[in-house]
Amino acid sequence: MKIVVCAKRVPDSAAKIRLAADGKGIDPQGVEQVISPYDEIALECAVQLKEAGTATSVTVLSLGPKESTKDLRKAMAMGADDAVLLIEDRPFRDPTATSEALIEALRELQPDVVFCGWKAIDDDSSAVAGLIAAGLDYAYASFVVKVEGADGGLRVSREVEGREEVVMVPTPCVLTAQRGLAEPRFASLRGIMQAKKKPLIEKPAGGGENASELVSLTEPPARAEGRIVGEGAAAVPELIRVLRDEAGLL
Amino acid sequence: MAYAALDFYDVNELLTEEEQMVRDSVRGWVEERVMPTIAQQFTAGTFDLKLAKEAGELGLLGAHLEGYGCAGMGQVAYGLICQELERGDSGLRSFASVQGSLAMYPIHAFGSEEQKQKWLPPMAAGEAIGCFGLTEPDFGSDPGGMITTAKPVPGGWVLNGAKMWITNGSIADIAVVWAKTPDGIRGFLVEKGTPGYTAPDIHGKWSLRASITSELVFDDCKLPEDAILPGSTGLKSALMCLSSARYGIAWGAIGAAQACYSEALEHAQTRIVYGKPIGKFQMVQNKLVTMANEITKAQLLALRLGRLKEAGKAHHTQISLAKRNNVHMALDAARNARDMLGASGITDEYVSGRHMANLESVITYEGTHDIHMLIVGMELTGLNALGND
Repeated sequence: MKIVVCAKRVPDSAAKIRLAADGKGIDPQGVEQVISPYDEIALECAVQLKEAGTATSVTVLSLGPKESTKDLRKAMAMGADDAVLLIEDRPFRDPTATSEALIEALRELQPDVVFCGWKAIDDDSSAVAGLIAAGLDYAYASFVVKVEGADGGLRVSREVEGREEVVMVPTPCVLTAQRGLAEPRFASLRGIMQAKKKPLIEKPAGGGENASELVSLTEPPARAEGRIVGEGAAAVPELIRVLRDEAGLL
Repeated sequence: MAYAALDFYDVNELLTEEEQMVRDSVRGWVEERVMPTIAQQFTAGTFDLKLAKEAGELGLLGAHLEGYGCAGMGQVAYGLICQELERGDSGLRSFASVQGSLAMYPIHAFGSEEQKQKWLPPMAAGEAIGCFGLTEPDFGSDPGGMITTAKPVPGGWVLNGAKMWITNGSIADIAVVWAKTPDGIRGFLVEKGTPGYTAPDIHGKWSLRASITSELVFDDCKLPEDAILPGSTGLKSALMCLSSARYGIAWGAIGAAQACYSEALEHAQTRIVYGKPIGKFQMVQNKLVTMANEITKAQLLALRLGRLKEAGKAHHTQISLAKRNNVHMALDAARNARDMLGASGITDEYVSGRHMANLESVITYEGTHDIHMLIVGMELTGLNALGND
C-alpha cells in the first residue's frame, strides 16, 4: 500500500501575523513557517502504518514556495521515504486550482491512499482533500481518528458529533486527519541524517485557473478593553447592573 | 507565548539545513517534554530518567561520536543540542554532557573493542547511564594530585579512594574512574554493584537541583583486569574528555542566556510601572541590550569554535576561552533577567532564577572561571601561573 501525504507550508500558529502592504497576503518577515499541524498528524499516521507493515511507502507531496524543501526534509526525517515539491508560481491559489495541481501529481504517483490534514491552519478552507477525492474518483473519509489495515482497504474511525463512527474504506481513497489520530514525533538525529539522502523531486506546479479570487484580508477588530467594576462583594450590585442593563445577559 | 530564541545576527543562516533541523527538533522536544515539569523537578531535587530514555531515542546522547549506535553528527550540531538542552535546564545539559563527552567519549576514544561494543549502544540509547570520576574532595582544579589509587593485583586491580561532585553518580550503570597506577593516571570502568563501590548522593544543593550529584567511594574495590581503558595514557586522556565537555558547555550557556533574555524581554514589554511598560525605562533597555549584545558575541564565538573543531584545528585554550566567556555571559544575563523580573523573578514560575542558581555550578565545574583564565594566560604569555614550576 502506497501512501501520499499532502503537506502544506503555513505560518506557525504561535507567529504574530501582520498583513502585507497590498492587503492580500501576510507579511512573511519574521514569521516562522511549518508543516500545517493536521498534515503532520497525517504524516505521523502514515509513517506508523509503514512501520506496522500496512503501508509499503510514504511519499510527501507539497505545493508551495521553493523554501518548502526544508519542510519536506523534515517530513523525511520523520520517516517519509521521498518527497515531491510542486513549486508555486502564483501569489494566490484557490482550493480548486490547488487540488488540480495536486491531482496532476497524484495521477503520476498512483497512491493507494492520499492522506491530508482536515484543514490547513492558514486559510482554513478545508476543501482540497474533498476536491482531490472527487477529481480522482477515490473513496473519501474525513475527520479520521484511527486507521487500521483491512482486506481490500482500511478500517477507519471517524470523529462525529457525540460519537465515533467506524467505516470500511476501499482503496484508493483520500483520508483527512483529525487531532487524536497520532502524535507527531520529533525527528531523531538518525532520521535527520537519513533524510539528507532521500529523493526530493522539484517541479513546477500545474493546475488550471483559480475559480475564485482573493479580494482582501483584514485583521480582526481589536478587542475592547476590559473594565473593572469594583472589588469583592461590594462590586456585585454593579456587576449585575452591567450584565443586565448593558450586556443584556440577565 | 512560544519561545523565540534571540538571533540578532542571523547566525541561523550560517548553519546547515541539517544543523537547523537538529536544533529545531531538540527545541521542540524540550518545549513539550521538559518545560512543563522542569520547575517541579528542580524543586523536588530529582532527575527524570524518562528524559534520558527519550533523549537516547532522539539520538542526542554521544551524538558527536561515530558508530556503536551513535548519531555521528558534527561538532556544531552537538553544540546546538547542548544549547537547546540547557535552554531547558543546566542539569539536563549536564546529564547529556557527562553521558556523551565524559563517559561515552573516553570509552569510544580509549576503550577496547569489547568495552565499546558492550557499553556504547545502550548508553547512546539512554538505557545505560554513565558518570565520570576525576575530581576528589581535596583535588579539584589540580586533579593531578589525586590520591585514588588502582593497585595491580593478580587477576585485576584494587581501587581505593573517593571522587566528589560526580554528576549522574548514583544513577550510573558505569563509572569512568581515573586513578593513579604505578604507570601513572589511567581510566577504569567500574560497574554499578561492584563490591567495595558505593555512590552516596550529595544533598542540600541549591544549584543543579534537577540533576543527580554524588560522591563515589572505593573501598578495596576489586576490578577485573579488563576494567582498565587500554588506550588511556595519563592525565592528558582525562583532560581530553573535559575539552569535549567544556566545548558543549560553551554552547549550553547560550541556551540558558537566551531563555533568560526571552523571559526578561517579554516582561519588559508587558509589566507596567508608573503607567508605562518597564521597557520604556533606559536602565531596562540598557540591561536588555547588554544581554542581547553578549549573547550575540557568544553565539559567534561558539560557532567559530565549532567549525575549528570540525576542521580538527581547535586548541584546548580556545575551548577554555569560550567556556569562560560564555558561562560568565550567561550568569550575568540570568542575574540581570532575575533582577528585571522583580519579585516574580524569585519564584519557579519564571526560569531566570533557576538558570541563575544553576549557572553558579556551571561557572565552577569543568574548570572554574579563574582556572580557565590562567590556562589562556599561560597560552598567551608562555608563563604558567598554575602549579609550582
